[in-house]
Amino acid sequence: MRRVAAGVLALALGACSGDDGTTPVPDCEVAPGTGPVMPATGLCNELSSYRLFTDLPGQVAAAELTAFDLAVPLFSDYTDKHRWLYLPPGTSATWSDVDALELPVGAMLVKTFAYARDRRDPGAGRELLETRVLLHQSVGWKAASYVYGDDASDAELAVAGDVIDASWIHDDGTPRTNRYQVPNTNQCLNCHGEHLAVLTPLGPKARHLNRPTVAGGGNQLEAMIAAGQLTGAPADLTTWPRDPTIDDTTASLEDRARAWLDINCAHCHNPTGAARTSGLDLSITQTDREAIGVCKTPVAAGTGSGGRRYGIVPGQPDQSILVFRLESTEPEIRMPELGRNLVHTESVALIRAWIAAMPGSCP
Amino acid sequence: MTKLASMLWIALAVGALGCGDNGDNNPCNGVGEHCTVIPLDATAADIQTALINAQPGDTIGFGAGRYVIDRDLSLTVDNVRLAGAGSGEDGTILSFATSSGAQGLLITGDASVVEDLGFEDSPGDALKWEGSTGVTARRVRVEWTNGPDATNGAYGVYPVQCSNVLIEDTTVRGASDAGIYVGQSDNIIVRNNIARENVAGIEIENSTRADVYGNLATANTGGLLVFSLPGLQVHNGAGTRVYDNEIVDNNTPNFAPAGNIVGLVPTGTGIAILAGHGVEIYDNHIANHLSIHIGIVGYNITMRPYTDPLYNPYSDSLYIHDNQLEGVSREPTGPLGFLLVQGMQELGRDPTTAGVASIVWDGDADPAKVDGNGDLMSQFALCIKNNTLDGAAADYVNLRAPLNSGVTPTTDLAPHDCTLPALPPVTLP
Repeated sequence: MRRVAAGVLALALGACSGDDGTTPVPDCEVAPGTGPVMPATGLCNELSSYRLFTDLPGQVAAAELTAFDLAVPLFSDYTDKHRWLYLPPGTSATWSDVDALELPVGAMLVKTFAYARDRRDPGAGRELLETRVLLHQSVGWKAASYVYGDDASDAELAVAGDVIDASWIHDDGTPRTNRYQVPNTNQCLNCHGEHLAVLTPLGPKARHLNRPTVAGGGNQLEAMIAAGQLTGAPADLTTWPRDPTIDDTTASLEDRARAWLDINCAHCHNPTGAARTSGLDLSITQTDREAIGVCKTPVAAGTGSGGRRYGIVPGQPDQSILVFRLESTEPEIRMPELGRNLVHTESVALIRAWIAAMPGSCP
Repeated sequence: MTKLASMLWIALAVGALGCGDNGDNNPCNGVGEHCTVIPLDATAADIQTALINAQPGDTIGFGAGRYVIDRDLSLTVDNVRLAGAGSGEDGTILSFATSSGAQGLLITGDASVVEDLGFEDSPGDALKWEGSTGVTARRVRVEWTNGPDATNGAYGVYPVQCSNVLIEDTTVRGASDAGIYVGQSDNIIVRNNIARENVAGIEIENSTRADVYGNLATANTGGLLVFSLPGLQVHNGAGTRVYDNEIVDNNTPNFAPAGNIVGLVPTGTGIAILAGHGVEIYDNHIANHLSIHIGIVGYNITMRPYTDPLYNPYSDSLYIHDNQLEGVSREPTGPLGFLLVQGMQELGRDPTTAGVASIVWDGDADPAKVDGNGDLMSQFALCIKNNTLDGAAADYVNLRAPLNSGVTPTTDLAPHDCTLPALPPVTLP
């Protein structure tokens, strides 16, 4: 593994500038003791300061954290992602049908990104890349990423992001590499500013959480309710929204494709998101076919159009701009714009099948 | 902070004293406070850190020289000024040629100023603002140094869903869509800029209240466009004044990637209005275009579908007067140029010898705004008067699209002999 970005120089920059010396240094005032903790404001320079893990290199989370998974995750260049939720003692999340569950001040969401060294062999170990945290402080949510050193004994705040050259053995046994991109602080907001650029969690929505627990027993939402971690859920479980996984063939292509597009695209492509200016809305709640791209002409796609006329041409994946952008690795063409260097072959196959089976045509 | 960490901070601070040359003419040289120097050896990560740590009121200063930026940059803080040592060859160049990012710089903060900086070779859009109140680009250069190329970024200077926009004394070259593009914005001044060798030189799209004056648009595919497109959050543009511009020799072959609306702009277009409402075009010098000097169309002629119920696809309430046109257009290109040629032929005029009319309307009038004769009612009229072509009265054609429908085109300017109230000037706070 080789680290490319000059984080040290980045930290030093303020000192050689002509400014008044007010370059913010992360402010990590936390109470001594044990168990998870966060500063009332500001961020810590080291991940260990939050006391989220009892064994950081081994990624053994503190007992106060609850591991969770999402039915359909955002594709992140074939990294494995491990998620935890921390709720302060005596608090709980509040149900929401569409948006993320409401989490109390003091809540933390923790997500570690790692590459399995060999995706066919869990025993081959993994390479830790970064752990991202979302902290619910009294002033609102704050996001930060912590990048692991070579020995993974701790992870350091990466305000400006980072680039990590990583390699692994893929599912098909071939060696793969990636210049993995750690987001900078503004890029956190680019996705997590889902509505009106206000930073909020994206993953813990009821439809994404409505699946078996990480441990495999029972349903995550039911487990949260049983543990007193979730209130306000409708009593009738059958009314809970649920995302089908991309390979759940008991669900329709339409439902699987729309669920995938929702979590991979709609954080920007919604009426109050960063890509609102394009007119393309891939939210799961959008029912207007043109708004999701069917026979929709591009507005500001530039080279992203790939010479194709419409976002989606029913029956014609190879004429659909959506597919062109999902299959591209060029920075100015690929979608999502952030967090993806590689093509997610499996989900592209789903989107292709969905468009191929779609009835209708464009002029 | 641990003792080790404290020692590290001290080490960093000491080490920092030896770091980079500020660069000549750095706007922060000699400025003590609220001015963060970006030294010449700064990396993109350093610059991004400075942008994240900026406080309202700060200047971020770049010296003369070339900064190599390997990723996209973004600014979310309000009231920050990014200033360089000039936008020329001996000024500040931010080169994105090796960037792995989708765009150059994205600003979402309010009241930002970008001045005296050059942006080169961004993979996508170069300098973009989104959702900002208060946008200033001044003495900026945006350039794709390889010249016209379909693989260049789409937009050079690109405020979208912004208000109180000022773009002045700025040069853009090589954009594969529009050099200066203001979209879905309100209260806009675009003045004294140079746009050359872009597909569209300057484009005002789905925007309200824009003044565009004193600009030079040359060697683009189309010099200046005022468009409204369907399916956007700002459904229709309104209130654009285009005056005192020099719009000449926009004959660069259209190099837009297919699928984009500007791909329909005929090579050799001076001014094009598509679904324009409340546009006043006057006192411009428009010269030497292969296809057309001033073209006015509705959206329907693009043959593109749309469902937006709030969108008005017609052009109306236009006042085009006192423009000086020069040179007869004889080689219209593309599907729209072909329609024009057909229309002239229907009138018995051979475009290759006699040329096409210098001001053209497709004739697609809003059925809700016409009188019993099919002419636009006076308050929505398309008024065309006192325009000259090579010193004589400029000729005109209404194609009365669709063609071959039994209605022949007409060159009669009488229905357009009218005036509309002058639009109020744009003032910025």
